[in-house]
Amino acid sequence: MSISTFDCLGPIMIGPSSSHTAGAAKIGLVANKIANNNIKSVIFYLHGSFAKTHKGHGTDKALLGGILGFDEKDKRIRHSFEIAKERNLEFKFIEKDLGDVHPNTVLIEMTSNENTITTIQGTSTGGGAMEINMLNGLNVKFSGNAPTIITVHKDVPGVVAKVTAVLAEKNLNISTMSVLKDESNNTATMIIEVDKIFDNSIKDLLLSKIEAVNKIYLF
Amino acid sequence: MNFTSGKELLAICNKKNLLISEVMIEREISQFDLTKKEIFSKMDETRTVMEESIENGKKDSKLSFTGLIGGEAKMLHEYYLKYNTISGKSVLTGVINALSVMEENSKMGKIVAAPTAGSSGILPATIISTAKRFNISNQKINEALFTASAIGYIITKNATVSGAEGGCQAETGSASAMAAGALVELLGGNPTQSLSAASFTLKNVLGLVCDPVAGLVELPCAKRNALGVSNAMLSADMALAGIETKIPFDEVVEAMYRVGKKMHPDLKETAEGGIAATKTAREFEKRIFK
Ligand code: SF4
Repeated sequence: MSISTFDCLGPIMIGPSSSHTAGAAKIGLVANKIANNNIKSVIFYLHGSFAKTHKGHGTDKALLGGILGFDEKDKRIRHSFEIAKERNLEFKFIEKDLGDVHPNTVLIEMTSNENTITTIQGTSTGGGAMEINMLNGLNVKFSGNAPTIITVHKDVPGVVAKVTAVLAEKNLNISTMSVLKDESNNTATMIIEVDKIFDNSIKDLLLSKIEAVNKIYLF
Repeated sequence: MNFTSGKELLAICNKKNLLISEVMIEREISQFDLTKKEIFSKMDETRTVMEESIENGKKDSKLSFTGLIGGEAKMLHEYYLKYNTISGKSVLTGVINALSVMEENSKMGKIVAAPTAGSSGILPATIISTAKRFNISNQKINEALFTASAIGYIITKNATVSGAEGGCQAETGSASAMAAGALVELLGGNPTQSLSAASFTLKNVLGLVCDPVAGLVELPCAKRNALGVSNAMLSADMALAGIETKIPFDEVVEAMYRVGKKMHPDLKETAEGGIAATKTAREFEKRIFK
């Protein structure tokens, strides 16, 4: 990837640390989108350096800010604890060893109003960039830099082709795609990054057209 | 159009008779498929956030969440208004502004990482306070910021701007190199002089370690930003006077990278060495993370 002017003069962010604050807010925001902004309560498991210095760096406020839908430039991050309380969103931070992962890693467990649980694990990789590396216990890998569609489907032949056909119909050009299989329950997860923003109707379209697809996450 | 080193950049500037900012803007257009208008409106946003962070930080004496810094920009400003100071108007207004941005950053205010959050005070403070003093337009400030980013880009491409990788020389050192080169263009100097200024600043802080108390971007970081401002201003003046760097910019960058690699991990943002490992720093750390 080529380095741009605004990589050197940027990001524009809420301080104090690009890796501990801006990157954390981005992870939180992806979690919010994956959960479709339907979050009743959330637990953050903080690992390594996130666990050690989250108070001084405001990592906790930034993560919660992301969960509330704020991006890394949003001044409301500073008051995210108060705003979460106003919105009746329960939150908890737990320091935990998540194993052999990057020191700036967090595991987020979100409970929806219907009591379904979604978990997502992300790492702040430096300079405000981040990577999501686990979704509902499944190893994944995406950066959140491009509009992304994630499908969870029954591992039967032809699903990939059907999904890409729907995307083509919607004029969406795929830039990267990866398929991960979970043999224990015969499901597969597909992560597709596309080159332009889509509207949420794509979700219903995929669910209605392809029977094998159980779940769709968009952001 | 593209370049990957100071040498290539100067060659383009000389051949086409362009300023560093003009080359960087053309590079941005060709590499990222943006229009000039889009690029300048992004830079307008960047500059505006920089200006706001300068104004906001020094407004009050509030301490950062940890209590390690805060109120110092305001203190220095009051001192400056009242007394005949040693460093004088240009250096001190710059330093006040740099401390201000760092305080704003530590209070979870909005800043531009330039090139990092830990060094975010240097570039805005240097450029904006100098432009004010010389009545220079926003358009010209924007252009100077492109010059700064060209220097930041060359360092990122060939070395590093991260304290964790290259120590504070790489972080605040790069920020002041960017500021020095931009200052030169802002005041009418040529591309060669810009890179001379950038070389001086980096050479001046070669070997500077990264040792943030408790791992937080506060102590000694805010004062390193203050140093970065004066380093950039002195270097720009020397270059504008016609003093040339004897060692080419690219070689200075390479030397900085080599020194950074040799630095012990304790001295690279881990808070295990330098000021961070002093007895008092350890006591602060205990208090903050208790
Ligand atoms: S000491 Fe380290 S954290 Fe502080 S400004 Fe320098 S490089 Fe950044």
